Amino acid sequence: MPSQERFAKGPIALFECMQQIPCNPCVDACSRGAITVKEINDCPSLNEELCNGCGVCMTHCPGLSIFVVDYTYGKDVALLKIPYEFSPLPEAKDVVDALNRHGERVGSAQVIRVQTSPNKTNIIWLSVPRELAMEVRSIRLQKGGHHES
Amino acid sequence: MITTEILVIGAGPAGLMAAIHAAEAGARVLLVERADRLGGQLIKQTHKFFGSKAEFAGERGMDIAEKLINWSSDVSGITIWKNAVVLGIYPDGVVTISHEGAFCTARPKKIIIATGASEKTMAFPNNDLPGIYGAGAVQTLMNVHGVLPAKRILMIGAGNIGVIVAYQLLQAGVEVAGIVEAAPQVGGYRVHAAKLQRHGVPIYTSHSIQLAHGDSCLEGVTISKLDEKWQPIAGSEQYIAVDGLCLAVGLSPLTELLWQAGCEMKFAGELGGYVPLRDANMKTTHENIYVAGDVSGVEEASAAMVEGKLAGLYVASVLGHKKDSFTKEFQTAKSQLAALRSGPASVKICTGLSKVVLEEVG
Amino acid sequence: MRIVNHPILTFPQQDMVTFTLNGQKIEGVAGEPIAAALHAADIKVLRHSHERHRPRGLFCAIGNCSSCLMTVDGIPNIRVCIEPLRAGMVVETQEGKGKII
Repeated sequence: MPSQERFAKGPIALFECMQQIPCNPCVDACSRGAITVKEINDCPSLNEELCNGCGVCMTHCPGLSIFVVDYTYGKDVALLKIPYEFSPLPEAKDVVDALNRHGERVGSAQVIRVQTSPNKTNIIWLSVPRELAMEVRSIRLQKGGHHES
Repeated sequence: MITTEILVIGAGPAGLMAAIHAAEAGARVLLVERADRLGGQLIKQTHKFFGSKAEFAGERGMDIAEKLINWSSDVSGITIWKNAVVLGIYPDGVVTISHEGAFCTARPKKIIIATGASEKTMAFPNNDLPGIYGAGAVQTLMNVHGVLPAKRILMIGAGNIGVIVAYQLLQAGVEVAGIVEAAPQVGGYRVHAAKLQRHGVPIYTSHSIQLAHGDSCLEGVTISKLDEKWQPIAGSEQYIAVDGLCLAVGLSPLTELLWQAGCEMKFAGELGGYVPLRDANMKTTHENIYVAGDVSGVEEASAAMVEGKLAGLYVASVLGHKKDSFTKEFQTAKSQLAALRSGPASVKICTGLSKVVLEEVG
Repeated sequence: MRIVNHPILTFPQQDMVTFTLNGQKIEGVAGEPIAAALHAADIKVLRHSHERHRPRGLFCAIGNCSSCLMTVDGIPNIRVCIEPLRAGMVVETQEGKGKII
């Protein structure tokens, strides 16, 4: 987990990849060389100074386990980027249910931007209450769409 | 009688790679596939693959399939037969094949068997009700044919196939009632499980299915909690209403041709069942028969591709087709495979391999 | 049911053909396995077993397991999970081992 000082400098990638599995596409995805996986079964390690939170690694991660957080985004809100592989996509300005790692609704988030990717792992930029930035990891659209439950 | 240098049986990830690399080295290859399309089970894998760049990591399985299929048609020296079922391998080296319904015989110098694996089922009352599928069947229906298998599905098995297919069901718009896993923890990669959990899919570890309910089709299942000896705990039963049940309880290597040809076989539960004894160059105890992929032990598709490459390169070299880069390519492939198998997630595979590989692995 | 919107895959609209199941007209995509067309029409019982007449459906979908045997154009024991659909096919729920003559 990056330090408070690093969070204060701007966006940074968060790796929720804690199990040793043979995988390293994130390394090749980062043009800044910020990600290292020494042996292919090692968990990735991030050079926090080189990472600028661009989120390209998120689209390449097979486990969809990388997120980007930017605490400098607003006074009460943080910017959270999550990978999203469902249909339909939300639209910018939509208010969506913010879900935690167990799929429980913990609040609302506003969609800031939907960044589509050629490989179909799209990135959703969310404005979330600051205190929820480390909890929210998914969303549920509030109306329409067959993925609502 | 068809003559060819190398007969590759099965055009999944292992067979395609074997055919491609043998042909690139200069061998004449006949690649036979029983289905009406190439790619084996890769074509239905909508998720991105793990591994490294050399095994196309980060790309979706179906896109890797397309790459390999195009590659195999670009390489000269490969004859591809679809709708071709190998019927038998005879002691005189003749192989009989039903190709597009016509009976053919072939006499290859070497054979690479890459027939893959089939899904296991599980014993419980009413396990034959329509609506109960193997996980691969569900993938075929939704990802290849665009047809939903059910409205609400329960998954049995939280290995990689279980968690991956459950996620694909969500993506297709099917409600996933949960995943039931007899072990106390998820066996699949935790990142795959996390993708489901953050969408609210419950994972019932230390649980198992007791019975399925339904008249003509599945209507629900009863699951119960297991104690530390994996026995159902009385009173813990719960009914889950579903119209689909998906079994992801493992795969068995499709080894019939190896048995028939007289290859020495050994049981290795870690590899899915009976597999052929073989050396590090993928050669079985039969002088002319090699293996690659799941038929030699159930593993990830990335490993199957590398095994195919190894077998293809090696068999071509035995027949005198050796590229200048052979030693380097062969060694690189061996280290790739060793790296894939070096982590804690591969301990089980390595235990299995230690029982059936005649030389040291890697 | 057929998938219309999918986040990763695209399923372009395809020409439909008509076939019959036990005399009833059903539509499916030409070339898809008969079993896929039946599932799209929400038909899951494909045969009844020969001893206890239990309903059986699709299990493996790739021609491995023989759970999906049906009688097609009078020929019994067709694995409908891999048999491509053609216009005008006469498909019947198979009872037991099926009638050869």
